[in-house]
This record gives sequence, C-alpha cells and structure tokens, in this order.
Amino acid sequence: MMDFDHDTLVALSKSWGLFYLMGFFLCVVVYAFWPSNRKRFNRAKTSILDRDDKPWR
Amino acid sequence: MISNLTSSERQYALLIAVAVALAGLAMAALGRSDTLGVHGVIVMLFAGVVIYLIMSSLYGPEPTEDRAVSYYDDPIKVGIVLSMAWAVFGMFMGVWVAAQLAWPDLAFDAAWSSFGRLRPTHTSGVIFGFGGNALIATSFHVVQRTSRARLAGQISPWFVLLGFNLFCVLAISGYLLGTTQSKEYAEAEWYADLWLVIVWVTYFILYIATIARRKEPHIYVANWYFMAFILVVAILHIVNNLALPVSWGHAKSYTIWPGVQDAMVQWWYGHNAVAFFLTAGFLGMLYYYLPVRAQRPIFSYRLSILSFWGITFFYMWAGSHHLHYTALPHWVQTLGMTFSVMLLVPSWASAGNALLTLNGAWHRVRDDATLRFMMAAVVFYGLSTFEGSFMAIRPVNSLSHYTDWTVGHVHAGALGWVALITFGSVYTLVPALWKRERMYSAALVEVHFWLAIAGTLIYVFAMWNSGIIQGLMWRTYTEEGALAYSFVDSLVAMYPYYIARAFGGLLFLLGAVVGCYNIWMTVRSAPLAVRETDAPVVPAAVPGE
Repeated sequence: MMDFDHDTLVALSKSWGLFYLMGFFLCVVVYAFWPSNRKRFNRAKTSILDRDDKPWR
Repeated sequence: MISNLTSSERQYALLIAVAVALAGLAMAALGRSDTLGVHGVIVMLFAGVVIYLIMSSLYGPEPTEDRAVSYYDDPIKVGIVLSMAWAVFGMFMGVWVAAQLAWPDLAFDAAWSSFGRLRPTHTSGVIFGFGGNALIATSFHVVQRTSRARLAGQISPWFVLLGFNLFCVLAISGYLLGTTQSKEYAEAEWYADLWLVIVWVTYFILYIATIARRKEPHIYVANWYFMAFILVVAILHIVNNLALPVSWGHAKSYTIWPGVQDAMVQWWYGHNAVAFFLTAGFLGMLYYYLPVRAQRPIFSYRLSILSFWGITFFYMWAGSHHLHYTALPHWVQTLGMTFSVMLLVPSWASAGNALLTLNGAWHRVRDDATLRFMMAAVVFYGLSTFEGSFMAIRPVNSLSHYTDWTVGHVHAGALGWVALITFGSVYTLVPALWKRERMYSAALVEVHFWLAIAGTLIYVFAMWNSGIIQGLMWRTYTEEGALAYSFVDSLVAMYPYYIARAFGGLLFLLGAVVGCYNIWMTVRSAPLAVRETDAPVVPAAVPGE
C-alpha cells in the first residue's frame, strides 16, 4: 500500500509542482515558436477559410 | 435520416435500441415505485420511440449515393434543433425560478414546482441541454470540416446525440420527482451517471477516430479545445460521481468521498465544468466560426496554442476558490486563488486574439448581427474572466460569496459568453447545413441580438447591485457590535432587483424564441444555395498519397 501522508503531498506540490509546470510551459513555448512549425500553423489558420473548395492533395 | 443508413446499420441500431429498452425494463422491475422504476419506464418510452423510427424504415431502400463523398450532417441538424428546444425549456425554467424569488406564490404550493426542484432543471436544461447539444453538434461539424474527413461512424454519432439527450431527460425528470445527489451541476443519480459514461466514452472514441482520418497535416486548434472538453469532462464526471447506491433497486446513492474531500472533489468538478464544459468547448466554436464568419484567419495561431495550454493547466487548480474560509486547508485555498488570478493571462490572450482577428473587419461587425453576436461574446468572455479572477481573491470573496454577485458573475459568463457565441455559431451553421444562401431574416437576427444584449445587461447589473448590497448588509455592524440588518431586511432590499432580473431573463428567453422561429423558417422556406464543393476528400481522389 502506498504510504502518502498529507505532509509528503504538501511538500511535493510546494516544490516540484512549480518546476513541472514551468517545464511544461517552456515546452509549449518552444513548440509554438519552433521555426519550422510556422508553415504548418499558417496553413492551418488559412485552410479553414477556403474550406472544402478543393480536395486536399 | 434513417434512409441514409444501410440495412445492416439499421439492424445494428435496432439492436442497440432494444438493448436500451431492456435495460429500462430491468430498471422498472428492480425500482418498482421508486424513482428508479419511473425512470425505467421513461427509458423504455425513449427507446420505444427510437425503435419505432428505425422499424418504420427498416426495409426501406438502401442509400444509393456514395456516402463517403459527403459530410455526415444529419446528426448535426438534429443536434441544433434539440439544442434550441432545450434553450427555450431551460431559459423558461430560469425565468420561472427567478420570478419565484420575487413572488414565492408562483411555486403554487406543489412539491415538484418548489424552488429547490426547479432550479436544477434550469441549470441542467441550459448547461447540458442547450450547451451540451450545441457542443456535440458544432464539434461534429468542426471536426469534419477542419479534418476534411467524414465522421468515423454511421450509428455512433446518433448514439452519442440521442444517448446524451436521454441522460438530460433522466436528470431533469429526476429533479422534479425529488431525486438528487445534492452536488451542484452533478445532481443526476448513479444510473444516469453510468449511462453518461458509456455515451461520453463513445463520443471521445468517435472524435479521435475522425481526427485520425484527417487529410490535414496539422490538427486545427479548435479541435484541441473540443478534445480537451470531451476528455476532461469524462474524467471530472467519473471522479466526482463515484458513489454507492443504497441498493440495485433504489435511486439513492452516497458519494464515496468523505467530508471536506467531498467538498474539494465537488468544486474541482464544478469549476472545471465551467472551464471545460462552458469554456474550452465554446472556445473551440469561437476559433472556428469567428474566423469563418469574418473571413479572416485567426490573428495569432501561436497565441492560440499558448492560451490553450495555459487554460488547460491553470483551470485544473482553481476549484478550491469556491471553498474560501471553510475547513479546507488554508494553503489549498491559496493555491486555488493564485491559479485563478493567473488564469486571467490565457483567458485574455484568447479574448484579445479574437478581437484582433476582427480588427480591420469592424464594418462587418457593424453590418452583420451574427458576427456581432460572436464579438459581444468575446467581450463578455473577457469581462467575466476578469471578474472571476477578481472574485477568487480571498478578501473579495468574503464580500461576494453566497450573494447574488456570484449569480450575476455566472450569468455574465453563461448568457454573455456561452449563449452569445452559441447563437453566433448557430446562425453561421444553419444556412450552411441546410444549404441555404442565408438566414430567413437578417432583421430577426438583429432583433435577437438586441434582446439578448439588453437581457444580459439588465440581468447582470441587477445582480451586481443586489449582490453587493446583500454582502454589505450581512457585514454591517452597529456601534454595539451586533449585526445591523436581519436576513429578512436584506431580502426586502433584494425585491426590486429580483423583479429586474426576471425581466432581463425574460428578454433573453424571447430572443431565443425569435431565434427558433428564424431557424425554422430558414429550414422551411429560404432559397437553395449551390454549395456542391462542401464535401470531404474522397480517398480515390488522392493518388499521390
């Protein structure tokens, strides 16, 4: 049986909780600003406007 | 609708409906005169109608045209109609309970029509009936168009849509019979909850399978929001509704969560229901229908990604702000408060992104009431997320909590944001679905817009005033240190605001009725538009794949 008491959880969330959220934030920023992703993002945001005009190829 | 299913699909659908009817029979047999038994009969009736519809065309001709060359719009059309019907029902119940607060005689001395039973029929009717059906319908539409792929099932979309509505019927009829789990926005009892799990998991699998068929390299951001909505609502629903029924033949159950953990789980659920049911899914609508209607791409796609992950990961921690000054550990309250304040960043990023998308198209916002619905929704989204962050701060909460200010805040979000973005999306969607040039009457869209805006403003201002007065009266002390006002004094002070609130709600309801008429007339009479290019990619047409 896992033995997690209240103090352990509090200590975990007060220390590592901060770091994993910061780390996650950095991953998202890197993904959003990764240079080679720019093309697919631009395509995604414009392709919904000419929706269904022509089949994808 | 059924004529578009092959005969083996019809038989399969019939099998499912019969299985549901048998489950209803079992419920009726086990439950007898308990609510469970009544609900068994309702399940049998619901399944009976579906069985009748399938049987009446079971041996009809097979669909002749190739279904793969067109999108699957039949369930979307039914979903839109159901959504608008629930809107009228839910908003009517809202006006009724609002009027009961001003004139308590309107409960007519009956148990079923008392405030405590009618109030959840309003909240479930508008959130799940109106909002849920709108989310299911628009998500089916958006995922097909942005993926350029047909829905990954013929029966499962119907199962999701009709199954969800069966859940809504069970929930609301249960409240009128006096059955409730006493968990806000999760009042439905254990058997309805189990049924919703089956429906919702099917929904998630259908959505993922459709995205897996996509012919676009990148999954458009609206789908991320819809997926977060489906996935997180499943998690929330299961964890919060873990309960043991007193017996197999009884509707009553008891939650497995004890004491303050129950409160925390409930508000982790409750606030994330706001986040993922009432925000994420509707942001999915916003990120698709607003650019399409404005004919402009979203201002910053990167910003939409950042705000998506911000909203997803911050909201999870905000629920404890509902439990300030309770037995919940102080640091957990502070955690919820902090994350609630931080939430302002991704929320305003989304609102700003949407408004900047419209920048340069303001003439269209002026001329087109449908686009204006969405613009106003974004403004209310920005306002109510700011207000929410502010109210989550502990000292502010000490004034606002348990007062009408909270009710005003919820309705700034629910009427101003959720309902307005839905109406804007529906007015964009209906002509496209029924292949019409435009809505039957642009003037009626305009009438609906101004009724909705006037109703929202009257409602919200009435509740702000009444809430702050109420909060201040409760904390005013005399020189001797006694409370200056009794509870009844504060009730008397609320009276004019309760009348104003009921009137504001009535205007909003009238707007929804006008919208229903306009949609009905569009479906019936407007001229056909040529939209033959509105079709998914046919596999054979992609030789270079």
